Amino acid sequence: MNILVCGVGGQGVLLFSDLLANLALSAGLDVKKSEVHGMSQRGGSVTTHIRYGPKIYSPLIEEGTADLVVAFEKLEAVRFVHFLAESGRLVFDPYRIEPLPVQLGLVEPIDDQRLDELIESRTPNPVAVLAFETARRLGNPRVQNVVMLGAVSKFLEFPTESYKAVIRTLVKAEFLEINLAAFAAGQSLLNRL
Amino acid sequence: MNRKLLSGDEAVARGAWEAGCQVAAAYPGTPSTEILETLARYPDVYCEWSVNEKVALEVALGAALCGARALAAMKHVGLNVAADPLFSAAYIGTRGGLVIVSADDPGLHSSQNEQDNRFYALAAKIPVLCPSDSQEAKDLTRLAFDISEEFDIPVLIRLTTRIAHGSSLVELGERQSKPVTGYEKLIAKTVLLPAFAKVRHFDLEQRIGRLKAYAETTPWNRIEPGDSELGIICDGVAYHYAREVFPNASYLKLGMVFPFPTELVRRFAATVSRLVVIEDGDQFIELQVRALGLQVTGKDRLPRVGELSPAVIRQALTKTNQRPEPEPDLPSRPPALCPGCPHTGIFYALQKQNVIIGGDIGCYTLGTLPPHNAMDTCIDMGASITFAHGADKALGTADPRPRIAVIGDSTFFHSGITGLVNVAYNQSNVIVIITDNRTTGMTGHQPHPGTGQTLMGKRTVELLPEQLACACGIKNVVTVDPYRVSETRKIVKELLSRPGPAVIVSRRPCALLVREKARPKVIDAEKCTGCKTCLRLGCPALRMEGNRAQVIDTLCVGCGMCADLCPREAIS
Repeated sequence: MNILVCGVGGQGVLLFSDLLANLALSAGLDVKKSEVHGMSQRGGSVTTHIRYGPKIYSPLIEEGTADLVVAFEKLEAVRFVHFLAESGRLVFDPYRIEPLPVQLGLVEPIDDQRLDELIESRTPNPVAVLAFETARRLGNPRVQNVVMLGAVSKFLEFPTESYKAVIRTLVKAEFLEINLAAFAAGQSLLNRL
Repeated sequence: MNRKLLSGDEAVARGAWEAGCQVAAAYPGTPSTEILETLARYPDVYCEWSVNEKVALEVALGAALCGARALAAMKHVGLNVAADPLFSAAYIGTRGGLVIVSADDPGLHSSQNEQDNRFYALAAKIPVLCPSDSQEAKDLTRLAFDISEEFDIPVLIRLTTRIAHGSSLVELGERQSKPVTGYEKLIAKTVLLPAFAKVRHFDLEQRIGRLKAYAETTPWNRIEPGDSELGIICDGVAYHYAREVFPNASYLKLGMVFPFPTELVRRFAATVSRLVVIEDGDQFIELQVRALGLQVTGKDRLPRVGELSPAVIRQALTKTNQRPEPEPDLPSRPPALCPGCPHTGIFYALQKQNVIIGGDIGCYTLGTLPPHNAMDTCIDMGASITFAHGADKALGTADPRPRIAVIGDSTFFHSGITGLVNVAYNQSNVIVIITDNRTTGMTGHQPHPGTGQTLMGKRTVELLPEQLACACGIKNVVTVDPYRVSETRKIVKELLSRPGPAVIVSRRPCALLVREKARPKVIDAEKCTGCKTCLRLGCPALRMEGNRAQVIDTLCVGCGMCADLCPREAIS
């Protein structure tokens, strides 16, 4: 299984990836995860590669071979959708964060409709998940990542209990309740599709 | 079985702990920082953030010479700073095991260059081990301590970003008991007077000779037979990439690439029709294979710039690459200074001042980007001050532009102090701005000598940059609050008009350290005229909505820099 996760620095991509990788570990699989820290995190594009299965060599996913691309932001979804395999699935939050040069008026923005066209030209059945909006409604936009995990769980084979267990292990006790709520909310977002 | 998902950095820390490491020292630097952060959480290991990498290596050597197992960790460019003790340590040798970890950054994810530190092993004549995943990072760290003690030599471990920040499964072991054996006076070994040092050089050649024999037979350098058509020699994570692209080839997988196992390589070469070297970084293995007179494909086909990946290898070495291309012409998303970042205020003060600005290494290097455009150089740790000094000596009065250096607090302690002493001693007209955000920001908030706290959480002395500047011989030292943007700009302007040298300490804690966020600011659309003065801060929490400025309330931390600047007092 090849999962590429992308978003903007500060969106919680790294915790999302930790949760997913530990989930695979708890299922007894070989797991590799690759990410980059440091300068790229300061509001820049962030990606992690997660691969799991009986035996994994490379920690990096090749373009055109991802089973899932999970995007926390729409422009980033378009930036990394080419990693998808033909049979792969894009799960993305249509939430937009303008890159700073666009915000400052130094670079032309790219409109929503154009992004939709670009996504459609690349993959036949993308799934939009209003994770940020849901997290905000729950009272903490920072749990966008765990809402996303709830949504993504629909495309993975792990039982709900395993997700909850790994959330309990990796999330600080004071934020446990809202994260479990976020996970459930993410799951039900896709039930309604 | 006790298996855990660990990053390469965490695995090195685990390996050091299991090996009975007693003393560890480092200066933070991506992608090496998590080694010491992790090791400091284990019991019974003394860990410190040293002031810089040279200090860290000397501390580790000092401990090792007293019979402790000791480790020094740094990013690749840190080893340049520590190169002086590195070469001496090879001559002197050790008593307790001495392991040096270099985390290289092919692909420049967070660095100023792509240097390949395996060449340091060759130059300093010490062995280098190259793990290919987290399990090997742990195992080879343990082994490195044993090799160091057996051969009386420091051992280098070379990680790359994809090892350091890649996670894979690791089997955990127990800690070995390695009590400190104590100090023994052996001046012919430890005092590198020329006469003694020459003898030590002979001895080093013998030690490295014995290590060459070791490299020929260690199971960490092993042939994995496969198809005899293609033989691949590789080290590090490149092994796993190659396995994806050429699953059936024959492999010579090297865990120790210096001393180089020449006989093993010859034996392997004799069993395959075509020989390929796949390695991240420069042609370290390839050059040594070529020196044996063997025909080999390497960086003549593979790229010399950037990091490897399965896709890169596939494209360079096979004709089957039909991978989808990324969408062209998307707006890029460069990293940016955070909302409420105090560097924003000082960079605003420097905008459009017609000055020459030597920059340094840290978050504030991002001041290079629009709208600030406030850096002329980024060279190495501490070079802002010395660049500005050199520029001043060259330009004299012929160029009226003030020479400025911008350097962070942690970087100032690391290697800015010597440059500042030089400015005072050799009198140049330089204004040094120390952006004191009370932490080491870029690498994730490590304490430093100005914070009054150590890595192990102890309270300690708190050095004040102002006092240090005075002690360095600078008479004109002022402190500003960068959140008071207009005032800061006025003070900076005023100092620029006077002869230097001078030091400005711009003090405000990193916005990410402030737990209690202030109320997000609001812009009164009635009062806002859309003049865009506030946008010149380059704050990610400000944008234009139509012809009025707007605060993005989910990002705003309420620092008030925009309110301080707004000529219409529209922000509150």
